Amino acid sequence: MNTITVGHRAGPRLLAGLSYYGPAGLPDHHRQHGPLPAVGRRLIDVVDAAGLTGRGGAGFPTGRKMRIVAGGRGSKVVVANGCEGEPASSKDRLLLTMLPHLVLDGLAAAAAAIGARDAYLCVHDHEASLLESLQAAVAARKDSVRIQVSGVPGRYVASEQSALVQYLNGGAAKPAFSPPRPQERGVRGLPTLVNNVETLAHLALIARYGDRWFRSAGLPAAPGTMLVTVGGAVRRPGVYEIELGTPVGEAVARAGGLAEQPQALLVGGYFGAWLPAGAAWPVPMTHAALKAAGGALGAGMVIALPASSCLLAETARIVRYLADEGAGQCGPCVFGLPALANAMADLAYHGGRGRAGRQLAALLPLVERRGACKHPDGVTQLIRSAVRVAARDAREHDVAGPCRGITREPLLPLPGEDL
Amino acid sequence: MRLRVNPIACTGHGMCAELLPELITLDPWGYPLLASEMVPQALAGHARRAADACPTLALLADDSFVAGPGVRHGRRHAG
Amino acid sequence: MSIDLHGPGLWYATRATGLVSMLLLTGSVLFGLLVAGRFSSARWPRFLTQGMHRSISLMVLAFLALHIGTTVLDSYTSISLAAAFVPFASSYKAGWLSLGAVALDLIIALVVTSLLRGRLGYRAWRRLHWLAYACWPVAIAHGLGIGTDRSVTWVIAVTLACLGGVGAVAAWRVLSFGAQ
Repeated sequence: MNTITVGHRAGPRLLAGLSYYGPAGLPDHHRQHGPLPAVGRRLIDVVDAAGLTGRGGAGFPTGRKMRIVAGGRGSKVVVANGCEGEPASSKDRLLLTMLPHLVLDGLAAAAAAIGARDAYLCVHDHEASLLESLQAAVAARKDSVRIQVSGVPGRYVASEQSALVQYLNGGAAKPAFSPPRPQERGVRGLPTLVNNVETLAHLALIARYGDRWFRSAGLPAAPGTMLVTVGGAVRRPGVYEIELGTPVGEAVARAGGLAEQPQALLVGGYFGAWLPAGAAWPVPMTHAALKAAGGALGAGMVIALPASSCLLAETARIVRYLADEGAGQCGPCVFGLPALANAMADLAYHGGRGRAGRQLAALLPLVERRGACKHPDGVTQLIRSAVRVAARDAREHDVAGPCRGITREPLLPLPGEDL
Repeated sequence: MRLRVNPIACTGHGMCAELLPELITLDPWGYPLLASEMVPQALAGHARRAADACPTLALLADDSFVAGPGVRHGRRHAG
Repeated sequence: MSIDLHGPGLWYATRATGLVSMLLLTGSVLFGLLVAGRFSSARWPRFLTQGMHRSISLMVLAFLALHIGTTVLDSYTSISLAAAFVPFASSYKAGWLSLGAVALDLIIALVVTSLLRGRLGYRAWRRLHWLAYACWPVAIAHGLGIGTDRSVTWVIAVTLACLGGVGAVAAWRVLSFGAQ
C-alpha cells in the first residue's frame, strides 16, 4: 500500500508521523507531536472554531456533536469507530495499525472535553492482530479515561453508530431505531459520542496546534485535511492525505495518475456515487461540492473505473454484496435490496429487454428512506448514479445484450477476495 | 400530528393501511408506505387509532408535531 | 326491587355468567390467535379480528365482575371477595376455586398490560401476553372442576367445542407461522 503524501501545500498532518519501519510507538509519537496537552471542556469551542467535521462519511460537525453529548446528564461515554465497514477504504486501518497513539490521543482528548470516564475503541473482531496491538498501545499509555478495545462483528452495517452502541450494550451489532440517538442515550443509557477514528486523530492535533492551524489547510467552508483511499485503475493505489477542496483529479494524480483510460470514478465508496470521469475531475473534494455534482464525499474513496470495464456489471456485483450485508431487520431492505440486486444483474448480464430498467425504476422509491439506517439509501444512490452515468450502456445492454466489459475481471474490491 | 414507522419493529401486519388508507398503502411485500408524514387535522383520530392498533407498536403518532395550513414539514411546539 | 341473597337466583346468575365468561374467554383466545397468525380475507379485514379480540376481552372482564359479584353475594356458600383474587383464601372447594382466582389474576394482568402496551414497549408486552396460553386452560379447568352444570350434556358439548376450536385455531396458527 502506498501512503505517499507529497505535493502538499500544508504538508502531511495525520500522516506526518508515518514511518516505513513500522508502527509508531508512544516515544515515536511524542517525538513527532509532543505529549497531548491537558484539555477540558474548552476544547469543544476550539473544535467548533476549527470547523472539523466527521470523517466517517456523514460529515456532521464534530464540535456540535460533542456539545450535544457534553450537555447531557451524568457521566458520558466516547466510542471510537474503527470498523471501516467500507470494503474499498483502508484509511482507518492505516491509522490504527501505524499511528495508534494519534487516535488514542484523540479519544482521550474527546473524553476529557465532554467529561467521559469510559471510552471504547471498536474494530472488527476478526482482526486479531490489530486488536492485540491496540490493546498493547492502550496499556503503554497513562490516560485518565478507561479505554477498552472491543472487537465488533465484521458486518457492513455493524459499524453504524447505533449498531455499535447496541452491541456494546450487550445486544446485536445491528442498527437501532432512532430516536433516541446515541448522543442522547447510548452506551449503558449514557450520552455517548461516537466518532470515526480519523476524526479523533484530527482532534488530537487540534488539541495541540489549535483551530487556526487546522484552518490553514483546506477551504474556509471545508477546512483541514482528510485521508482518501484512491484505487482502481491508478498507478499507485493507496491512502493519501489531501486538503479538503482538492480536486478529484488531483487526488488521482497523487496516486500516480491513471493507469488506463477511465470511464467513470466511484467517489465516496459503496455509499457514494459514480461520476463521469471528465465531469468529476475538477470537482473539489468537499461534501457540498460532490453532492452538487451528484455524488458524495463519504469516507473519502476515489476509485477509477477503466473504459474497458462494465460499470453496470461492477455495480451489480457491489449491490449484490450490499444486499447480503444488511442487518435483516427492516422489511423494505430485506425484500427490496435482493430485488434491486436481481434487477441490476438482469440489466448488466442479461440485458433485461427494457424490463430491468422498469423494475429498477419501480423498486428504487420502495426502498429509499425506508430503513432504520442509511444502508438501503446508500445502495439506491449507487444504483441511481450507475444508471445515470452509464445511461447509454444501459440502453445498449437492454437492446443488444451485455457489453464486452463484463468479461473483464471485477475491479471493485469486496471483503474475502484477494485482489 | 406526525406519523413515523419504526421499520425494525414493523412486521407487515398491514392493519395501519386498513385503518388509514388515506395516508398509508402497502408495498409489494406488505410494509406500509406513508403518502405523507404529516397528518391533516381531519385524519388525526384515524391516525391515532391506526397507531394504537399496530400489533407490534411500529406506527408512531407524534402529537408534538402540528401541521398548520400550508406547512409542509410541520413545526415542533415550543417548550 | 330487592336482591334475595338466600334464594337460588344468585346461584343461577353465577352459573350463567360463568358459562358466558368461558365462551367469551374462548372467543378472546380464538381472535387473539387469529391476530397473531395474521388471518385475513377479502371480506374480513385484519383490524376487525383485532377489534373483536379487544372488545371480547373487555367483555370477559365485565362478565367476570358479575360472576364474582353474584358468587360473593350468594350466602349459600361463604366465599369472600378476597377468595376471588387470592388462591386458597376460601375453604369451599379450595383447589378448583383457586384455579379461578389464578385465572382471574392472569386475565386482569393481561388486560392491564395490554391497555398500557404503549408504555410497556412491544417486547415486554409480547412476553407477558404469552401468559394468555396459561390463563385459558386454567379457567377452563376451573369451570370443569367447580361448575354445577359440568355434567349437563350440552355444557359438556359447549366445553368440548371450546377446546376443539382453540385447538384447531392454535394448530392453524403454528402452521401458518411455520409457513411464513
